[in-house]
Amino acid sequence: MKVQLCIVGLALGLAGCTTVTKIGTTIGQATGTLTAQQADSINRSAEAVEKTFKDITPEQEYYIGRSVAATILTSYKPYENEAATHYLNVLGQTLALASSKPETYGGYHFIIMDTSEINAFSAPGGFVMVSRGLIRCCRTEDALAAVLAHEVGHVENQHGLKAIKGSRLTGALTILALEAGKSLGGQNLADVTKAFEGSISDVTSSLVNKGYSRDLEYQADASALKTLKRVGYNPAGLLDMLGQMKQRMPPGSAGFGKTHPDPQLRIEKATNALGTVTPLAEPAARQARFVHFLRAI
Amino acid sequence: MHKHLLWAVVGALSLVGVTLAERMNVQVQEGQVRATPSFLGTVVAKLAYGASVEAQPDQNGWTQVQTAAGQQGWMSTASLTMKKITMTAGAGGASGASSDELALAGKGFNSDVEKEFKKQNPNVNFATVDRMTKIKIAPQEMQTFLADGSVKPSTGGAK
Repeated sequence: MKVQLCIVGLALGLAGCTTVTKIGTTIGQATGTLTAQQADSINRSAEAVEKTFKDITPEQEYYIGRSVAATILTSYKPYENEAATHYLNVLGQTLALASSKPETYGGYHFIIMDTSEINAFSAPGGFVMVSRGLIRCCRTEDALAAVLAHEVGHVENQHGLKAIKGSRLTGALTILALEAGKSLGGQNLADVTKAFEGSISDVTSSLVNKGYSRDLEYQADASALKTLKRVGYNPAGLLDMLGQMKQRMPPGSAGFGKTHPDPQLRIEKATNALGTVTPLAEPAARQARFVHFLRAI
Repeated sequence: MHKHLLWAVVGALSLVGVTLAERMNVQVQEGQVRATPSFLGTVVAKLAYGASVEAQPDQNGWTQVQTAAGQQGWMSTASLTMKKITMTAGAGGASGASSDELALAGKGFNSDVEKEFKKQNPNVNFATVDRMTKIKIAPQEMQTFLADGSVKPSTGGAK
């Protein structure tokens, strides 16, 4: 009977219920399979895990981001042009410093993907990847700044981490519970790696295949508009870029065509948020360096 | 009588401008303490992930701090957290865990886990990610870039 209770308790505990976990650990203590200290550790773990992605530490976010970026860059090869990559990073890292999250564990880094597909990804922690196809939708530095500020917006709002399924977190609970109850040595690392692999798969799948919800895309646009204003770029750059994207993106195309809201909807939302729109007027030196960059793309 | 005394103490404290410092912790790989509240400020100290500082309240994204070694300066508030970051030695080596404890595996998702992930996925392109992490633009270069392109904030400014 006690064994049956333990099994029921464990099964329900895996579903993420603190109360049931507590019952399970109480039984564990009563039957002598767990010490009071181990039971306490399991209960504390259960409570923490239920807090979801918000409790992923900056260091963990960084390592998730590294692996997500590495996975994406296995399918999308980097565009090898040092000068262009440098320009992108000067612009991107400057914008990131003006965002609401100017510093992350490992900082913001930008790279160009060698594809004509209109696409961009931002992995947790600040790894931003932008395609040549998307850069070609930009006619000014202000427009490119809008693209990068939007991607920074995904990072500052931790959208990538939100894609990690709750079941992964429950999986972590299992590992911690088992680890506290027994000594598993190297197996523990293997199990945590499995949860890690699952989390990478969740985030990558969300970025590449499903896309974020419309609300998260609009939130990233809203963050971008604030960042652009703080630095001194004209937020109309976002509208111009979206207009170009609309013209260049065939209906039902891969990349943004699949994962992002219709550019027209984003234009309307951003226009409403801005109120007054000042037409783009690029100073000659700014436009000259942007055109020089664009020639290499 | 007690009430009068209490108000006198509160008044005296506010007159001398007493602010209570709080303990905060570095949540970035390399925390930089600067002489002035600006990314252009000279770096006077570098702190490791998890290091504690005595912090004054935030001022427009910057926090005045005193390090454990007694150095004073400013840190970007984004680089600090109220959460205690404990460095635990476990199967996964040193890793950060929030004081609310353990989060998504207190021992997980660090460089050791990445090594395991690499072993199982040898074709994944970490080489490019490592290259990306090396691209760090100095704030002075950013300042020149903005000036050369006549990029000026209309109100406020980039922090």
